[in-house]
Amino acid sequence: MSTTAPTFAFTRSAAEERTKRSLGRRRGIVDRVVTLFCLLATAVGLFFLGAILFTLLRRGLVALDLTIFTAEFAPTRYGDDSLPKGGLLHAITGSLIQVAIATAIGTPIGLFVGTYLAEYSQRTALGNAVRFVSDILLSAPSILIGLFIYQIVVLPMGGFSGIAGALALAVIVVPVVVRTTEDMLQLIPNTLREAVIALGAPKWKMIVLVCYKAALSGIVTGVLLAIARIAGETAPLLLTSFGNNVVSTDLSRPMASLPISIYQQANSGFPDLIEIAWTGALLVTAGVLVINILARVLLRKRI
Amino acid sequence: MSQTDSQAKTPATQPAAAPEGTGFGGMQARSAAAINAVSRISVRNLDFYYGDNRALKGINLDLPERQVTGMIGPSGCGKSTLLRVLNRMYSLYPGQRAEGEVLMDGQNIIAPNVDLNDLRSKVGMVFQKPTPFPMTIYDNIAFGVRLHEKLSKSQMDERVEWALSRAAIWDEVKDRLHTSAMGLSGGQQQRLCIARTIAVRPEVILFDEPTSALDPISTLKIEELIDELKRDFTICIVTHNMQQAARCADQVAFFYLGELIEVAPAAQMFTAPREQKTQEYITGRFG
Amino acid sequence: MSDMAIRVRSAPTLGARRTPGSLGDKLFAALCTVAGLFVLLTLGGIIVTLFLGGLPAFLHFGLDFLVSTRWDPVEGREEFGAFISVFGTVVTSILAIIFAVPVAFGIAYFLTELAPLWVRRPLGIAVELLAAVPSIIYGMWGLFVLVPFVQMHIQLRFGEALGEIPYVGFLFASNSFAGTSIFSASLVLAIMILPFIAATMRDVFEQVPAVYKESAYGLGATRWEVMTGVVIPYTRVSLVGGIMLGLGRALGETMAVTFVIGNANRMPSSIFDPSTTIASVIAMEFPESLAGSLQQSALFAIGFLLFVISFLVLATSRWLLRPRLK
Repeated sequence: MSTTAPTFAFTRSAAEERTKRSLGRRRGIVDRVVTLFCLLATAVGLFFLGAILFTLLRRGLVALDLTIFTAEFAPTRYGDDSLPKGGLLHAITGSLIQVAIATAIGTPIGLFVGTYLAEYSQRTALGNAVRFVSDILLSAPSILIGLFIYQIVVLPMGGFSGIAGALALAVIVVPVVVRTTEDMLQLIPNTLREAVIALGAPKWKMIVLVCYKAALSGIVTGVLLAIARIAGETAPLLLTSFGNNVVSTDLSRPMASLPISIYQQANSGFPDLIEIAWTGALLVTAGVLVINILARVLLRKRI
Repeated sequence: MSQTDSQAKTPATQPAAAPEGTGFGGMQARSAAAINAVSRISVRNLDFYYGDNRALKGINLDLPERQVTGMIGPSGCGKSTLLRVLNRMYSLYPGQRAEGEVLMDGQNIIAPNVDLNDLRSKVGMVFQKPTPFPMTIYDNIAFGVRLHEKLSKSQMDERVEWALSRAAIWDEVKDRLHTSAMGLSGGQQQRLCIARTIAVRPEVILFDEPTSALDPISTLKIEELIDELKRDFTICIVTHNMQQAARCADQVAFFYLGELIEVAPAAQMFTAPREQKTQEYITGRFG
Repeated sequence: MSDMAIRVRSAPTLGARRTPGSLGDKLFAALCTVAGLFVLLTLGGIIVTLFLGGLPAFLHFGLDFLVSTRWDPVEGREEFGAFISVFGTVVTSILAIIFAVPVAFGIAYFLTELAPLWVRRPLGIAVELLAAVPSIIYGMWGLFVLVPFVQMHIQLRFGEALGEIPYVGFLFASNSFAGTSIFSASLVLAIMILPFIAATMRDVFEQVPAVYKESAYGLGATRWEVMTGVVIPYTRVSLVGGIMLGLGRALGETMAVTFVIGNANRMPSSIFDPSTTIASVIAMEFPESLAGSLQQSALFAIGFLLFVISFLVLATSRWLLRPRLK
């Protein structure tokens, strides 16, 4: 405040007016610079999304044909086109089997844990501990889960196996389902619970017959997100199901999977195998994105 | 005890016209016949605690059989709390406890060894907001019945129709019994919830501000329904709306700060309350 | 009484009374509790198996294991030290955070405050979808697209230009020209965690009650002033929590890194040198290691270290995000 300020607080001197204007200009410029930066940042983010999808399509479509779905792994035809072209049938089958078993094991466990957190534990110490540990597992390095399953399944069984891979993936499914189940059950208004109880229903029937029904689309979304997550998991499978070059449905023996096949063929150094790896990458990404979009659509249709 | 006696002796036969200055100009307080002396539920010296907070203090109240008891009072005065004692809803929440006696068929229903599911099948409840279950209209009604009885398909159909008819909603939904109950309007949902409650064949129905989320027309329908239902059920209704209490209730209980200030036949309560507090409340001086 | 009342007595055919026992309730509660305990057991199992698996290496090398930079799995002269991989893990992750956070912040700010409404939803979904792309895709894209680009356009140019700077120049001067390097790994990690951090930040920003922002706008503040004066102070703790969550992801990431870091068990001196991370070493060497060998035990041991590091980061992040959760 200048000492020559006029008596009325609401009128400004010419000098004050100038200061205000120049300040205003500078504030405006800062605001615009930041806006520009944010636009740029968003453009960068979109650019990478575009670049990755573009590369996936451009290189993944090259080898995409029926043999991908009908043939097993074949050695490189580099320099000899008369050799048969390989496919990813072994990897697709293996992935489907392991993901299916992992989902079948992980979903009920996650569902019950989420139910425990939302309906039983409330604010008990055990409940908080379970919630905390589940959140840690949600972001824990997946390769460590591979090491864990290696110790408790692979070593006792005497070798890599499909079931070990499925179990490792199941450990990843559980916390994802826990999180969404708990969140969705928390969204159910308490009056609905009381209305069920008021009819004389035991608590477990309230949960199973009404709460699960009310939270159904949310829970299914959680399961879908979990499937999308494990469909692309690579690291834990390296240490559990290891990979296989032929179609195998024997859970006690090494089993192929899409991510592992992609990893192995991408690092093979042969251009034709790398092409197949790109096709596999395209398939995995397309599958994961479709499942994700499906999950989102489902969630929006919530009752 | 003295309250019961006084009710029984007080003939509630004053004319319905409200005295000047009570603020109930156009309101028709019901001139019910004498309050039924047979008590379905008797509350004796009931105290209720939320943790250390004593929310109900020494309540004594009788719910006369097959009549409507209205509970009025300002927010937080304990009327909903009392309602939630009558079907032990508070037992869901650790830290809430009741002391005293609530007698029904000679049994103290707040004793720890009571079969809660059985109690709740006898004391039904309708909530402030409609609470349709996320299933079809038919299944909403059948849900409660299946909990307590084994019925054949045709018996269940009959029961569903009966309950929906009693709740005056059958004609509106009979053609879409197997569509989701979430598609009904608010008023229809509330009547569906009433149908769901009576389908279990309770003896007592508790209404917790059943019309506060509804429009005036739906409110009127629910009130007519309550009037109809009291022929067969003992009814207890919590309401913020004094006109509603006057329209529906035979007996009105006024609560203030966790205490039961006054209980009297509706006509008497709204025309000549005994207590100063009641007088102030029903004339709108606080609350 | 009316005929209605008669109907009430007669009409509803009474069914056999069910006696709902409390057995179902007890069983179901037990089932849920056991499932909860199972989660605790899983984490406990991970800690114990990693520790027991690494115990022989810890005992064999003692404290030296933590500071030794030697990693030699060749039979007969096996020697294992965790320092290189721990160093590589921490450095790549921190660099990734440094690359990703400003951009993620820009995206989140754009999505919550600047973008027109019709853009927000599709753009938000695009960001979330990017976060769902499996990490192996990022790794592959890094190897075949990003690494050649770094090799051709970044490493030489920046290496020469920045290598002359006194004191810190050595960070940019490298003798390795493969393109697979700490820098490439950090960049791929940054791109991978970018959408994740951006989505978290957006959620955090959206939790600021509108009245706070409106009262600042009411004083004539610009959007950026509202951001720095109201939104950031209000969400400071959660923002750090979100960044820590991203850091946790980066630390444990395997595939995105393995493809592009060069997997060299050498101490890097420049950000353009190849190196390795804990997760990469495990992914590269574990499948070929012999059960019960010292090498396998050393891999378990560094796995245990990775667990400790990421547990600390994730626990901190959760603690900071706590107000958001409840």
